[in-house]
Amino acid sequence: MARLIGEVILDLQNVSLSFGGVNALVDISFDVREHEVRAIIGPNGAGKSSMLNVINGVYRPQAGEIILRGEHFRQMNPYKAACAGIARTFQNIALFKGMSVLDNIMTGRNLKMKANIFQQAFWMGAAQREELEHRAKVEEIIDFLEIQHIRKTPVGRLPYGLQKRVDLARALAMEPQILLLDEPMAGMNIEEKQDMSRFILDVNDQMGTTIVLIEHDMGVVMDVSDRVVVLDYGKKIGDGSPDEVRGNPEVISAYLGASH
Amino acid sequence: MGFFLEVLIGGLMTGMLYSLVALGFVLIFKASGVFNFAQGAMVLFAALAMARFSEWIPGWLGVDNLMVANILAFIIAAFLMFVVAWLIERLVLRHLVNQEGATLLMATLGIAYFIDGLGQTVFGSDIYKIDVGMPKEPVMVLQGVFEGGLLINKEDFIAALVAAMLVAALALFFQKTATGRALRAVADDHQAAQSIGIPLNRIWVIVWCVAGVVALVAGIIWGSKMGVQFSLVTVALRALPVVILGGLTSVPGAIIGGLIIGVGEKVSEVYLGPLVGGGIEIWFAYMLALVFLLFRPQGLFGEKIIDRV
Amino acid sequence: MIYRENGQFKTSYAADQQIFPILQDRWAILGILVFAFVAVPLLADEYMFRAILIPFLILSLAALGVNLLVGYCGQITLGAGAFMAVGAYAAYNFFIRVDGMPLIGALLLGGFTSAAVGVVFGVPSLRVRGLYLAVATLAAQFFWDWAFLRIKWFTNYSSSGSVSVSNLSLFGFPVESPTEKYLFCLAVLVVFALLAKNMTRGAIGRQWMAIRDMDVAAEVIGIRPMYAKLSAFAVSSFFLGVAGGLWGFVHLGAWEPAAFSLDRSFQLLFMVIIGGLGSIMGSFFGAAFIVILPIFLNQMLPWLGDLVGVSISTAGVSHAEIMIFGALIVFFLIVEPHGIARLWSTAKEKLRLWPFPH
Ligand SMILES: Nc1ncnc2c1ncn2[C@@H]1O[C@H](COP(=O)(O)OP(=O)(O)O)[C@@H](O)[C@H]1O
Ligand SMILES: [Mg+2]
Repeated sequence: MARLIGEVILDLQNVSLSFGGVNALVDISFDVREHEVRAIIGPNGAGKSSMLNVINGVYRPQAGEIILRGEHFRQMNPYKAACAGIARTFQNIALFKGMSVLDNIMTGRNLKMKANIFQQAFWMGAAQREELEHRAKVEEIIDFLEIQHIRKTPVGRLPYGLQKRVDLARALAMEPQILLLDEPMAGMNIEEKQDMSRFILDVNDQMGTTIVLIEHDMGVVMDVSDRVVVLDYGKKIGDGSPDEVRGNPEVISAYLGASH
Repeated sequence: MGFFLEVLIGGLMTGMLYSLVALGFVLIFKASGVFNFAQGAMVLFAALAMARFSEWIPGWLGVDNLMVANILAFIIAAFLMFVVAWLIERLVLRHLVNQEGATLLMATLGIAYFIDGLGQTVFGSDIYKIDVGMPKEPVMVLQGVFEGGLLINKEDFIAALVAAMLVAALALFFQKTATGRALRAVADDHQAAQSIGIPLNRIWVIVWCVAGVVALVAGIIWGSKMGVQFSLVTVALRALPVVILGGLTSVPGAIIGGLIIGVGEKVSEVYLGPLVGGGIEIWFAYMLALVFLLFRPQGLFGEKIIDRV
Repeated sequence: MIYRENGQFKTSYAADQQIFPILQDRWAILGILVFAFVAVPLLADEYMFRAILIPFLILSLAALGVNLLVGYCGQITLGAGAFMAVGAYAAYNFFIRVDGMPLIGALLLGGFTSAAVGVVFGVPSLRVRGLYLAVATLAAQFFWDWAFLRIKWFTNYSSSGSVSVSNLSLFGFPVESPTEKYLFCLAVLVVFALLAKNMTRGAIGRQWMAIRDMDVAAEVIGIRPMYAKLSAFAVSSFFLGVAGGLWGFVHLGAWEPAAFSLDRSFQLLFMVIIGGLGSIMGSFFGAAFIVILPIFLNQMLPWLGDLVGVSISTAGVSHAEIMIFGALIVFFLIVEPHGIARLWSTAKEKLRLWPFPH
């Protein structure tokens, strides 16, 4: 890998999160370096999705700190996170069902569009110009992910695999610095998984995007990730390179033992 | 102090009636996810049926006993409400399963229009009276405790008592009987309930029947107070703030919410009304519920839910 | 001419993003506009204008407003009538209290007032959703019903509680005869429909729809729910306010708060649901349906009664009317819950393939 892995860009310290009586995350600390692919693995219910939700402010942890490029946050909120260049995809596809593929991806440009509501209502000046500019950018992403043929289709009508791809496209439209992917390959067949892995690596490679990836398929994780965090019942039980993690007995018993 | 207590008690008594109507909303919403805007129309329809049958029956049967006529009228009206409930399930709900909340809401508005029109076509559209022998004269109580005692309206008191009994009966029915348990299972999870063999359609008919009876009782109480007329449909609108306050799915919420709204409405009307020109009770209840929602969006008894993603 | 987009290649994104990308649609719209502006004034009689066309135009505008909020932004409202009332009464007060206030100025100011009020009553939407919100919006309805009835300042201390305006004109041209009123309403509607279309196809429209479809995901890509929802409330209330002003000033001339009662709010909601949520076109369909249906029933029922030999009283007709109206609503929701607009687009899709379905 030719990529240059940089400094720590995102650092989580002693994060704890609970819902009522359920401890979803217990005192978790780990960091993410610039340009790397960081995987989070663990059995179902381990708290992986909750971890991503804490990072981009959908959930508010009760304790701990999030340090993003040296700036300390007690909690994030989704808007701040988006402004700071964090994008994500969802485990259960969270596309805008009533909109076309193109419009879904265009929403990803939302933060970059500045025209006010009057300009938009009259379709004048900045509004019209922006609409065209961003359309061009969105078309690049559409080409990159090879979804030209479904551009105008309402996303509700697409098969699952393509919906996942549109979800990724929408996140990429934000031109994020950090991309959080929640099980991007769940429920896909081998071929679709290969496509998706390729896209993820290309994003990381060509755009230099830092990626935090949750994935169940160990083969994929070993292939694409630089470092891996292992969660189990809300606790961190392993952290290191894929090989280290694979060799960690606690991980083997907790994670592999649980799913096999 | 005595006056304030009078207002308070008056509010609680009205509140009990709101609780009853609100319970009608809650039952249907829990069991079928339908926000039943036709509740008001059902109240009017039931009251019309009751009023007209008790008027017609003496002529038909030649009995001259008010009591007998009323009982027969009640039975017929209740039966009619069952038929209405069954028809609604058969002709409407069954065909709208899995539609969105807004669509279902619209459907019940359509039903409301239909029932309004039907009731007035069949039973007429004048003002009718229901006389179930409710005592009209007020009584003084607690003369020893307060100077001048407390003036309590007997009619309101009996109405509140009846409403309280019905509310208690429904709560028990919901908690203790097999049907009630099935109902709760449906409320928790439609699919799961269906998969263990609970017939959804039958449950729906049952809750709509119950809502029909609730409407009938509310219609009789209000009808005997203010006459059976079109404005009875607003009774349900007045009970709506109760369900946003108490939560659409909470039985205790409906009961407590009803009392709060009843009291709030009376107190505001008596103390605030004169300052701003009166007639504020209808929107005041809504504002009360709204302000409450701003601070506690999950309602009185609801649990705070964090969306999963 | 066969309805087809094949062969109409787009060479730029601008061409692809026009309001009517298909050539035939552009011609059709042009035809409709010419018909509405030129042919209708020549053909329609006074009754047509007063009873059907003017109400249709104004209610279409109101339905557009409701559709922006309910259909595009997903926030159910049962208080639309209240915002029409706010617009009408605000316009009235600007009109009579400010010397030399032109008609169009009063109407727009009415719209802006309504927008501001809409934002205030939209605040609960930041905390509650769906049916709870629907009930919460009733607060607006009942509050304003009460305010315009009880607070005499709003009605300029008129003793009957009813207010009226006269001598309407636009840039020196009178807006008095039915034809003039019709043309005025039509022009307003066309402009507003264009604004609505522009907003819904642009960034703000996407924000609204994103909030409607999946609010958490919308937040995650940086859409602020507060801005999106309150702007939808503002724009929707603006449309409703202007429609309310037109209804009072142009259609009724003299009115009471009852003109904007809860029934009006329900009626508007019916329009967008029957017409089609989230469709500009649907707003027109819905308004047409709701305006024409009662008139149709009103004519039909006595005639049907005569046919079978019973004479139906006026009261009987009006009861039967609401009954049938209710039944039709339910029937419609069951048969096509997505509204007339969906039927329309299905038909268009079929037409696109005709005469060679695969
Ligand atoms: N919004 C929520 N409300 C209540 N409990 C939640 C919520 N989100 C997650 N949890 C709980 O937190 C735990 C971790 O869930 P999650 O992060 O989704 O796990 P994973 O993604 O690893 O499968 C689970 O027990 C889950 O039930
Ligand atoms: Mg998960």
